[in-house]
Amino acid sequence: MIEIKDLHKSYRMGSNSLHVLKGLNLSIKEGELVAIMGSSGSGKSTFLNILGMLDEADSGQYVLDSVPIKDLNETKAAKYRNKFLGFIFQSFNLINYKTAIENVSLPLYYQKVNRKERQEKALQYLEKVGLKQWADHLPSELSGGQKQRVAIARALAAEPKVLLADELTGALDSKTSYEIMELIQEINDEGKTILVVTHEPDIANMCKRIVHLKDGVIVEDTFVEQVRASEYVQ
Amino acid sequence: MFSRDRWQEIFQTIRKNKLRTFLSGFTVALGILIFTVLFGMGNGLKNTFNEFFMDDATNTFYLYPGRTSVPYKGFKKGRQVEFRNDDLEDIKKDFALYLDKITPRTSKSELARYKGESNTYNVRAVAPAYQEMEKNILMKGRYINEKDIAERAKNIVIGRLVEIDLFGKSESALGKYLNVGGVMYRIVGVFQDDGGDNEERYIYMPYTTRQLLDKGTDKIDQIVLTYKTNIGYAGAMAFDTSLYKYLKDKHKVAPEDQNGIYLSNTADIVRRNMMFANVLQIVVVFVGIGTLIAGVIGISNIMVFVVKERTKELGIRKALGATPASVIGLVLQESIFITTIAGYIGLVLGMGILSLMGNNFKEDYFITNPEVGLDVVITATVILIFFGVVAGYIPAKRAARVKPIVALRDE
Repeated sequence: MIEIKDLHKSYRMGSNSLHVLKGLNLSIKEGELVAIMGSSGSGKSTFLNILGMLDEADSGQYVLDSVPIKDLNETKAAKYRNKFLGFIFQSFNLINYKTAIENVSLPLYYQKVNRKERQEKALQYLEKVGLKQWADHLPSELSGGQKQRVAIARALAAEPKVLLADELTGALDSKTSYEIMELIQEINDEGKTILVVTHEPDIANMCKRIVHLKDGVIVEDTFVEQVRASEYVQ
Repeated sequence: MFSRDRWQEIFQTIRKNKLRTFLSGFTVALGILIFTVLFGMGNGLKNTFNEFFMDDATNTFYLYPGRTSVPYKGFKKGRQVEFRNDDLEDIKKDFALYLDKITPRTSKSELARYKGESNTYNVRAVAPAYQEMEKNILMKGRYINEKDIAERAKNIVIGRLVEIDLFGKSESALGKYLNVGGVMYRIVGVFQDDGGDNEERYIYMPYTTRQLLDKGTDKIDQIVLTYKTNIGYAGAMAFDTSLYKYLKDKHKVAPEDQNGIYLSNTADIVRRNMMFANVLQIVVVFVGIGTLIAGVIGISNIMVFVVKERTKELGIRKALGATPASVIGLVLQESIFITTIAGYIGLVLGMGILSLMGNNFKEDYFITNPEVGLDVVITATVILIFFGVVAGYIPAKRAARVKPIVALRDE
């Protein structure tokens, strides 16, 4: 699903440049649930930005679902993002004046799906995350966990190839975090490829594979025995 | 641009962000409102000015006889100069190149009586050419004509208000006999004049009739004449100089004597008035531009604020697959929509205020019929929309270029 070969990225800071990613190689197959761990400054955010086509690598290959991702202009990146990727953010990033269902249907709007179908699909995904009855509520009327569920439904609605989650439990208490991870695991069980950037070991252990980044290189890449979040959820 | 979905997005953001909508709408509406009202009032001032100064023919000379102040050719100083009918004939003959129309004018205040009503009016004895000089418009009947002059007919033309004063609103004065200064005259015409009430309280009679009543004299008070407009300002000034010299010579007034004969030339006055009118026009335009600039600055500030406020939302939209073009389009289309509606509201309100003002401020503030051309206001609105778009485009473009990750971090 994702093929990364010899990926380099450096930022120019005045006269000297900062080499952030120093030749990453990573291959992720369809249906994997991968945690990317690393302390701040390890390059994990930069890596996620490149995976999310929010930033472009200096050199190296990035192939997503057999499509080489290169020479992106803004418009093309927007189309690829819309088609391939679903984002889940730490701070949910719901549009605060739109109801849950309107938020979920937004990526479909950018896919030019017609209004009726948008509504149906959005409702279907809200049901999937267990918030069908909250469809017409504004984000301000939802709890943190519910907001993240709406965000997940929104990420799923576009039917992306890969879900990218950036510290998705960072703003939640541990009980809610586990509930969210349970949902992530369920979605993964259905075959969706998911990448989770986190610095919390317990969250990472709920994935199937953990990639450790340090100083711009992968220092460890292990497949782990998945801890089911449902064990923690009463 | 015209998709229904896009409009629904825009209507939703407008509905859900009332303060923002109100602020930008209010700025534009207020800008256009103030523009319309100020511009209209400026035009009102100009109208008043034109009414005051541009009413009568503008290519006119007035000649008045005076008393000499210098002894000349055996005459003592202090001699009263008098014009006579032959002066008219001589000017006609010797200045045919310049002269358009000429008429004498002898004024006298006399009591007019009809049945129970009476009033004192200024009665002017003139020739037919005078109608054109005063720009009198006949409502009924005719003006003094050449036949009246030749026959010394006791025919008169009266102003609209003279008719109302003496005959009331319902009765027509035409063909009736009016007692003026003890002599009965037949009313052959009623006129109106744009120059105000006083201009409509004159009575005109043939100058020959006046001379007949004044014991057959051929004396005339003043001479009013118009020159051919095609001679231009320079030609008018040349005519002025040579005519003045000619008359002084004829009436034996010393060339250096300023008091024997007076010549008042409207060409000069008109020129000065036109300059004043132009200054007024410049002030009006200046006020308009100033208001517009204030409005443009206002809408620009609000657009910058709007885009700043929406940075995060736009970042989310980008992460979900919005292209830069669609982000810019969303922001601009919303702002164009709001400014257009608000501009229209401001326009209608402004026009409404102007029409309410109407002529109520004419007496105290010299504002006559304040109005603005629809084209001017629409242009102003379009300018405001255009600058609102330009002002919104720059930050919108920047917002569209910001990486979603950066925009989303912007808490």
